[in-house]
Amino acid sequence: MSLFALSHLDALESEAVHIFREVAGEFEKPVILFSGGKDSIVMLHLALKAFTPAPVPFALLHVDTGHNFPEVLEYRDRVVAAHGLRLHVASVQDYIDRGVLKERPDGTRNPLQTLPLTEKIQSERFDAVFGGGRRDEEKARAKERVFSLRDEFSQWDPRRQRPELWNLYNGRHAPGEHVRVFPLSNWTELDVWQYIAREDIALPEIYFAHEREVFSRAGMWLTPGAWGGPKNGETVHKRRVRYRTVGDMSCTGAVDSDADTIDKVIAEIAASRLTERGATRADDKLSEAAMEDRKREGYF
Amino acid sequence: MATVDTLRFATAGSVDDGKSTLVGRLLHDSKSVLADQLEAVRRASRGEGPDLALLTDGLRAEREQGITIDVAYRYFATPRRRFILADTPGHVQYTRNMVTGASTAELTVVLVDARNGVVEQTRRHAAIAALLRVPHVVLAVNKMDLVGYQEGVFEEIAEEFAKYAIELGVPEVTAVPVSALAGDNVVEPSARMDWYGGPTVLEHLETVPVAAGPADAPARFPVQYVIRHGERRYYAGQVASGVLRVGDRVTVHPSGETSEIAGIDVLGTPAGAAHASQSVSLRLTDQRDIARGDLITAGVDAPTLTQDVRAAVCHLADRPLATGDRVLLRHGTRTVRAVVRDLGGADRLAVNDLGRIVLRTAEPLPLDDYAVSRRTGAFLLIDPADGATLTAGMVALTAPV
Repeated sequence: MSLFALSHLDALESEAVHIFREVAGEFEKPVILFSGGKDSIVMLHLALKAFTPAPVPFALLHVDTGHNFPEVLEYRDRVVAAHGLRLHVASVQDYIDRGVLKERPDGTRNPLQTLPLTEKIQSERFDAVFGGGRRDEEKARAKERVFSLRDEFSQWDPRRQRPELWNLYNGRHAPGEHVRVFPLSNWTELDVWQYIAREDIALPEIYFAHEREVFSRAGMWLTPGAWGGPKNGETVHKRRVRYRTVGDMSCTGAVDSDADTIDKVIAEIAASRLTERGATRADDKLSEAAMEDRKREGYF
Repeated sequence: MATVDTLRFATAGSVDDGKSTLVGRLLHDSKSVLADQLEAVRRASRGEGPDLALLTDGLRAEREQGITIDVAYRYFATPRRRFILADTPGHVQYTRNMVTGASTAELTVVLVDARNGVVEQTRRHAAIAALLRVPHVVLAVNKMDLVGYQEGVFEEIAEEFAKYAIELGVPEVTAVPVSALAGDNVVEPSARMDWYGGPTVLEHLETVPVAAGPADAPARFPVQYVIRHGERRYYAGQVASGVLRVGDRVTVHPSGETSEIAGIDVLGTPAGAAHASQSVSLRLTDQRDIARGDLITAGVDAPTLTQDVRAAVCHLADRPLATGDRVLLRHGTRTVRAVVRDLGGADRLAVNDLGRIVLRTAEPLPLDDYAVSRRTGAFLLIDPADGATLTAGMVALTAPV
């Protein structure tokens, strides 16, 4: 009997593909949340592999905060065109323009994404929504299921979460309810980067070290923009930085870095003493239970 | 045989056995805790040093409502291996949680307090590990600092536990004397127990052999999805056990039709063989009516096609399961209607109960004993009314009722 070795990346890939195919087999209208961030890019790559040689049987959904990095929007449109995908957009700006949502005093729009997302899920009748969440990201996510049941208001009720055993995922839901599905549950940040390197997946340039004008707020380097920065007393510097996560410009910080290739990024992450959310996400610094609260309300 | 470089393991212990401290110690001493996480723990700690138990602290919802949301998953790595830990709370719903964590685990760490030795809950942990067929069990005899690091105390507990576990059918037990609080034998060898010559907990976790499935397991392939491309049909799925090769004669269940594997595609790359836990797609030489829910098998060890399912079960839901209940049975990628015929003489099963069951299904299912395959021998019972997961089942074809 020959010895067959499955590397940890092969095992993670196989598990994620299994999850995509389960959803394709069990649901009517699934959609992939696509932000142009590395986790959603890896999700799309896995979905493409899962159904090869046929096209991906899901559309993409981008929750657009209106504070996007231009590089990321360009990337999104390029990918959609290259693979002939259908793109849905839920726009936070629309909700603000219509007066349904109010701009927060700090200019941060991440918490405002929940309502446009939820209403888009309802109006399009999506019954499975793939998210790039990973359990290693944060305490509240450590207990998240791969299949996570949400009610009509997209709320996550810890008491209604189903035990998940073996690889038997239970996706049953009532009309109006949907299931959030997390194919990258068991991946770590390092796994994601190693997989990007192995599969040679293109990313938006802002993930790699580049010269950028930034200013400091709450211990993070933010990019100036119409969204509300810099303010009084905040000065703009030119620094060599890169982004570890990509979200709303108003609350996603860059880190000082010389890592301008994937290999250098991997070396930097392996040596880092901060989690990616701790280093670069203002929205998680709001409180100890910030992520838990947003999850209950229907955030990704 | 398929090998993997990741160990999935679970922890189990009674309240106050020091499980959170042990897990915190593993994460901390293997340098898997990053600065901002440690800083948050330092802020929340009452004593001088960081309280490592807080690293695995639960959600605010749990603290406020006094509930436990079963399994939390932790990830860490050493230069030798990567680890996925299913960390299960020790109280209230511990049976349900431990069964959930053990279902995908290759190893379980059972904790006992050296002062109390093997207690009722320890025996239950061993029973669950045996029931779920977890291949390796580690007995961590904790709080050795509180019994003066005495060899005799450890030996007595280790012997009693090993005897009990082996009787239950646990294939392998390794006992380690530790103090999670002081750090003895968790990651670093203890200087205070030189009478112990074995590995630390982490050394054992790093070196215990893991396989994606037994080498001689029968070839099983539950069809998840049919990929249509032009005239061609690709049957997509994850190999549940064994090996499938191009040219193999295969049988499709439950129809019983046969064909031959014309091609194997591993996510875009053609291959000659597909091994356990690989996601692949198969092409067959004949046009067959194959759909999601079918099981493709190869080799002489055919599954048993039956409508009468005998199994060991663990009931997971707060609502009880009773004789006569109509349920859905999820096996592999197939879901069928079923009725509960017998519960081993009991009227009903309550949450956390372990028991025996006989079910009658609306359609025949191709079953393997759970002892043969932890994939094709496992099933879930689901409430048809609201979709809740009710019960975990482990097929025992020849078991007495």
